[in-house]
Amino acid sequence: MGTGSREENASKQNSNNPSIVVAKQNNALQISALDDAAAHLGLDIGLPLANARAICPQLQVFDADEAADARALNAIAAWCDRFTPLVALDSPHGLFLDITGCVHLFGGEAAMMRRVCDVLTAQGFTVSAAIAGTAVCARTMTRHVHGHIVGEGEEADAVKPLPVSALGADGAITTGLRRAGLKTIGDVASRARHEITARFGAGFTTLLEQALGQGDAPISPRKPLPDYIVEKRFAEPVATDGVISATLSRLAQMLVVAMAQQGKGARRLEACFFRTDGAVRAIAVDTGQPVTRAGMIDRLFRERLDALSDPLDPGFGFDLIRLSASRTEIVVQQQRDLDANVHDNDELAALIDRIAARIGGQRVVVHLPQDTHIPERAVLAAPAQHHLAAAACAVWPARVEGEPPLRPLRLFEKPEPIKVPFATVPDGPPHHFTWRRATHAVVRVEGPERIAMEWWQQDGQALTRDYFRVEDEAGLRFWIYRDGLYGSELVNEEGKPAPSNWFVHGLFV
Amino acid sequence: MILSPNRSHFGGPCAARTSTLATLRGSIEHIEAHGDAYLPDRVALGHADADATLQGGLALGAMHEVFAEAGRQSAAATGFVAGLAGRAAARRPMVWVRQDFAEIESGALSMSGLAELGLDPRVLVTVRAADVDTALKTAADALACDALGVVVLEVWGEARQLDLVTSRKLTLAAQASGVTGLVLRVAAEPSPSTAETRWIVRAAHSPPSTPLSAWGAPVFDAQLVRNRHGPVGRWIMEWKCDERLFEKPAAYPQPVAAAPAHRPYQTPALVRKRRVG
Repeated sequence: MGTGSREENASKQNSNNPSIVVAKQNNALQISALDDAAAHLGLDIGLPLANARAICPQLQVFDADEAADARALNAIAAWCDRFTPLVALDSPHGLFLDITGCVHLFGGEAAMMRRVCDVLTAQGFTVSAAIAGTAVCARTMTRHVHGHIVGEGEEADAVKPLPVSALGADGAITTGLRRAGLKTIGDVASRARHEITARFGAGFTTLLEQALGQGDAPISPRKPLPDYIVEKRFAEPVATDGVISATLSRLAQMLVVAMAQQGKGARRLEACFFRTDGAVRAIAVDTGQPVTRAGMIDRLFRERLDALSDPLDPGFGFDLIRLSASRTEIVVQQQRDLDANVHDNDELAALIDRIAARIGGQRVVVHLPQDTHIPERAVLAAPAQHHLAAAACAVWPARVEGEPPLRPLRLFEKPEPIKVPFATVPDGPPHHFTWRRATHAVVRVEGPERIAMEWWQQDGQALTRDYFRVEDEAGLRFWIYRDGLYGSELVNEEGKPAPSNWFVHGLFV
Repeated sequence: MILSPNRSHFGGPCAARTSTLATLRGSIEHIEAHGDAYLPDRVALGHADADATLQGGLALGAMHEVFAEAGRQSAAATGFVAGLAGRAAARRPMVWVRQDFAEIESGALSMSGLAELGLDPRVLVTVRAADVDTALKTAADALACDALGVVVLEVWGEARQLDLVTSRKLTLAAQASGVTGLVLRVAAEPSPSTAETRWIVRAAHSPPSTPLSAWGAPVFDAQLVRNRHGPVGRWIMEWKCDERLFEKPAAYPQPVAAAPAHRPYQTPALVRKRRVG
C-alpha cells in the first residue's frame, strides 16, 4: 500500500492551486512529491524547483519534513494493527500488511482492501493498494495500478506489462534497463537470468523473481507477534470509563481461558485502544510472575490506567479494544495450601506487580550484593519484579561478631564535600569540620580504613580514600574520607604535598 | 386501655426514660468494650524499662511514628526504625517506601549498613516513590498485604497529606492485615495521628571508655512522647547488633529522669517551635 505525503493532503483541502513538496538533493531543490493538479501540468518527481516555477508560477511549494512523514506512516501502521498483527513499514511511504488468515474476518480480500482504502482516503491520504502472493509483487502493483488483487499463481502475468520503474530498483538500474531497450518487466523476465545478474547484480535478480512470484522475502513486522490476542469490536464507539473497564475485565477472562488451555501465564500484557479517528493508544504492563487470574490482570490495568501521566483520551470513542499477551510462560502448578511460604511469596510478588504497574518497574527494587570494596558500588538495586528470587538467596558478607557497625546506615549517592581547616597530623583525621554550614568538633575517631580504587576498571585511576568514622560532641556519627594519599598521590607540580579534599560519605547510627 | 405492668401513671415516662438510658449506656459500653477488646500481639524490644512501659513491647499490627527533629538526626531515627522493624518483622518480608527527596537530603538507606546492624537485606523491598502522595498510596497498599512483616514509610519534612484521615486509613489497614507500620518522619513536627506510639529519637553519646574501644555500638536517646495504652518515658537505648535487640547501656553516666508515673495517659505538651526558613 502506498500513501501520499502529509503536505500534499493539507494543500488539497486548502486551495485548487497545484502544490508540490521539495527536498534538497545534490544541492538543488527538487520535487519529492506532488499532487494531481501538478502532475497534469507535466511536473514530475525529480524536477528542479526552478523549472517547475517556470512552468507554473502560481505553484504552492512546501518543504519536505521526513520526520513528520515517518510519524504519519507509523500512525497509519498503528491503525492498520486492527486488521492484522503483522504490519511492516516500507519506508518512506509504504506499508506491508500480512493478511494471511485474517481475510475472512472482514468479508473477503476485496471488501477488506476497500475498507482500508476508504478510511484512509476519507482521512485525506492518497492510497494505492494491491493484494498479491508476495510482498514485492504487491508493491510493484501499487506503483502502477490501484486496487488490483493478484490471484494465486498469476503474479508473473500481472506484473509483466508494467514498466521496469515499478520494481523500485536503483535509479541507475532502471535507466540501464531502459537504455538496453527493456521497457517492461516482461521484457526483463524474458532474458536469461545469468545475463541480468551479470549486468545488474544478484540483488536485482532476486527482486525480479520475487515480483514474478517465484520466491518470497519475509516482511519484518513493527511488533513481535503476540502469543495470545483477544479483542472486542464495538458497533457504536464507547467512551465511558465504566464500559472500558468492564470490557477489559471481560477480555481478561477470555485471555485467561485461552492461556489456561495451554498451561500458560502472561508475563507482559498489552492493551490497545483504537479510537474512531484512527489514533491508537497502547498500554503495557509487566509482571514478575506469570499471571493466570483474570482478576489480577484486571487490577493491574486499573492501577496502570489510574496512574497514567496523560490519561486515556477516548475522543469520540473507541471502536476496538484489544488485549494481548506479548510474553507468556508455562505455569508450574504448585500445591499451595500446605506450604504457607509459597503463598506468602505469591502475595509479595502480586503486591510488587501492582506497585510497579502504578509507579513503574524501575522504582520497586531489591538489593543484590556486589563483589567490590568501593562503598557506592557494593550494592546493586535491581527491579524487584525480575530479581526477587535472586535477592532472596543472595549471600551478603557476614558481619564481624562483637564489632560495632563498620558501614554507615545512610549513604550519600554522591559524597558531599566538607571543609576541614587542618588535621592534627598530615594524614590523620580532622580536628573539626564543616558540613552543610554546621561545624562539628570531632570527639571520637576510628580509622583510617584505606580503600583503593580498582585499577583494572575503566575509572580505576581515581584517588585512594582514607575513611574515618568520627563522632561529634552531640553524638552524631559520620563516615568521612580524604581523597588521595597525603604526600604520594596528593602532590603539586614541584613535588610538594598538596592540600587534600575531604568528603562526608555516610551517616552512622 | 391496657396498661403494661411497669407503666403506672406516676412512674411511667420516667421509667421508660431510665430504660432507654440504660440501653444506650449498655450499647456504649459494648462499643467501648469492643474497642478495648483489640489487644494486639506485642514483641519485646529488649530494653526492660521500655517494655514495662509499653506493657510487653511494641504492638504488632499497628502504626508507630518515629520523629527526627532535624535533618542531622535522620541517621539515628533511621537506625531506631530499622531496629523496631527488625524486632517486629521476625524474618518476614519488609517493604521500605521512601520519597525521592529523603534520599537526596539524608542519604539512601545502605544495605551494607543494614547488614552491619544485624538485619537481613534479603527480605527488604524498597519502593522509590517520587512524592508523598505516591508514597502514602503505596504504603496503604502494602499494609493491606498480610504476607509482609513490616512496612516502613519514610517521609521528609512537613507533609500536609499525612493528616488524621490518612493516618486512620493506615491504622485500619494495619489492624486488618496484622502488618506493623512504621512511619519515619525526618525534620517534621508531630501532628495529630492515630498511631499507637510516637517516638522522638536523637543520637546519644557513646559511653565514655578507654581510647582503644572509642567507637561503640549504636546508642539512641529515645523519647516516647505518646502511648495510647500506657505511660510515656525517655530512655537511653543501645542496639545490640549480634543479639538484634535494644538494651540498656552497661554504664551510662548521665541517667535520664524517669517520666512521672502518676500521669499515665497524658501526652506531654510539646513546645511548638516556630520554624524560620
